[in-house]
Amino acid sequence: MIECLPIFYSQRAEQGLSGLIGNNLTCYKQDRCLFQNLNIHLQSGELVHLRGPNGAGKTSLMRILVGLTSPEKGGVRCNGLDISTPAIAKDMVFIGHKPGLNGLLSAEENLMYWSAQHEIAVSSTAIHEVLESLSLVGMEEIPVKNLSAGQQRRVALARLWLKPATFWLLDEPFTSLDTEGIAMMETVFARHVSRHGAILMTSHQSLSERAGPFRIEQLEYQL
Amino acid sequence: MWKWLHPYAKTESAYQLCSSLKPWLWGGALLSLAVGTVWGLAFAPADYQQGDSFRIIYIHVPSAILSMGTYVAMAVAALVGIVWQWRTAFMSMIAMAPVGALMTFIALFTGAAWGKPMWGAWWVWDARLTSELILLFLYFGVMALYVAFDDKQQAGKAAGVMALVGVVNVPIIHYSVEWWNTLHQGATISKFDTPSIAPEMLWPLLINLLGFALFIAAVTVVRLQNEILRREIHRPWVQQLAASRLEQKKVEPRHAV
Amino acid sequence: MRALYKGIIKRDLELAFRQKSELMQPLMFLLVVVTLFPLGIGPGPDTLQRIGPGVIWVAAILSSLLGMERLFRDDFADGSLEQMQLSGLPLYQIALCKIITHWLVSFTPLLMLSPLLALFLNLTLSMYVALLITLLLGTPVISLIGAIAVGLTTGLQRGSLLLALLLIPIFIPLLIFATSAVESAAMQLPYGPQIAIIAAIMLVALALSPFAVSYALKVSQN
Repeated sequence: MIECLPIFYSQRAEQGLSGLIGNNLTCYKQDRCLFQNLNIHLQSGELVHLRGPNGAGKTSLMRILVGLTSPEKGGVRCNGLDISTPAIAKDMVFIGHKPGLNGLLSAEENLMYWSAQHEIAVSSTAIHEVLESLSLVGMEEIPVKNLSAGQQRRVALARLWLKPATFWLLDEPFTSLDTEGIAMMETVFARHVSRHGAILMTSHQSLSERAGPFRIEQLEYQL
Repeated sequence: MWKWLHPYAKTESAYQLCSSLKPWLWGGALLSLAVGTVWGLAFAPADYQQGDSFRIIYIHVPSAILSMGTYVAMAVAALVGIVWQWRTAFMSMIAMAPVGALMTFIALFTGAAWGKPMWGAWWVWDARLTSELILLFLYFGVMALYVAFDDKQQAGKAAGVMALVGVVNVPIIHYSVEWWNTLHQGATISKFDTPSIAPEMLWPLLINLLGFALFIAAVTVVRLQNEILRREIHRPWVQQLAASRLEQKKVEPRHAV
Repeated sequence: MRALYKGIIKRDLELAFRQKSELMQPLMFLLVVVTLFPLGIGPGPDTLQRIGPGVIWVAAILSSLLGMERLFRDDFADGSLEQMQLSGLPLYQIALCKIITHWLVSFTPLLMLSPLLALFLNLTLSMYVALLITLLLGTPVISLIGAIAVGLTTGLQRGSLLLALLLIPIFIPLLIFATSAVESAAMQLPYGPQIAIIAAIMLVALALSPFAVSYALKVSQN
């Protein structure tokens, strides 16, 4: 007999609480129950590392929390507002498996258009500076498809510098990054958390002490 | 007002409802189809112009009416599913689709068979036959879209959107084809223009219409049950159901011995 | 408004002009298909004039189906679409902007090509004017309705044939009214009613399609 059981309970979140709160989330994929009655809470000033085996539903949970997918049951609220409220998008950055970069456009163009969509006023010199700090000097004008996977990932992560948002939801941000890149991202995470930011991330590798204090949430695979 | 429907959004109670409806639908369908068909084919008077060949209307007209009706029912189910997020609504929509397509096919086939003695050709681009053909394509579209997805829940929603787009189009298609027809062929005398039909001809037609409707409902209910079982095979209630069935089967032969 | 213009419309135009070959292929296809008809049916000027409007419209619908997938396919595949969805801009407005650019990019060249097609198929001037009006009002319907089906099939790997299967039956009324308008023009009859119906279809599609597309895209993201 297979029954879907609740996996973990952070304390049951109340409405109107600050932070990003997923309440009683239930998600089915291909008629398989990924998780049921799941509660998750992300507050400003904390880094949460979401762990679990492949197929446990980390990505699905992430996509539900940013509002890309709607859960079968339950709801997501952010600072007391429903996740579908447009204003919330201004305070959130999501970087998923897919980099969200068009291969024909250059890194700079990709980020310019992205900033325009997200209504962030960014000059091209600011983008150049961010790309420079990500050691992508001289790569600004090259179509993204000609960059290496690690470089593409860096361009995707550049969004974290461009958009002043509290909540960072990062799905496997370290894929194809080199050790140097990972170390840099970890220090950036620590800095963001110390400035009252909130980060929820998935990764198959453990975070080092460089990332500062963090909480681990475990998601189990279920049949 | 719709509160009594709410429990059936759950698959388990929908399955139970289907089980209790099934015998009534099948019984009603067989009874009215038998009465209507025998009455229509054997006892109703022959048409003074078309002789006995008009009797095909007892199959053609109900299937044609219900092919449209089933499509509308699918769209209603899709709308319910989209608005209230009911899994069972999408499931019943997709359960209806092949039955509706079958009705459309029967209407086309009988229409063609009727056309041969009447017009001397198997296929004539008559307005109603053409709209039926397009309706068949719409059914195919919905079914093909459903099959294309691996995730059946996503598939149901996608097919539902397509059914709604189709249902907005059905009247437009109907009138446009009618207009196209009059434009290109002049005024043809439509074989369906029977302004007054004798009551002894009409009654079997109505009974058969009811019979076809019940038949569609019965097949839909069976297909819906299958769909629910296939989709929820891992759920405890399905496994309990299967276990209890197995138990019954084991018990029976022992009694026989 | 600014975000929509700079972030979506400008970006899509830029991308369209970076892949000119993909832009030109449906047009070449249209031209080749129209050329097939005189070869297959015979070059009699009267015959051509009679079938001309139908041929142009059928070819336009078929060729538009070829490039239709471009509407959301790339953006869905590389994740740009999910970033747009998370931008806080309403999804139906994003969809409408993408539809508008799609129409601009794929149908304005067709309109420019239409005099040549009219010459090929021996249409008179009044027929051509009617054809142009039907194309102007009718092709937005193709983009608007097509976007719904593209939105639904964009998550599927092999969607293009399915797209044709879904869309062609839906475009039948458009074909009927458009060709009948041109035929009326050929017979010196008024064709206002047909144009009015096409315009009505276009406005209904304009009002409803962006919402259907946004729902379809959400379904695809699931």
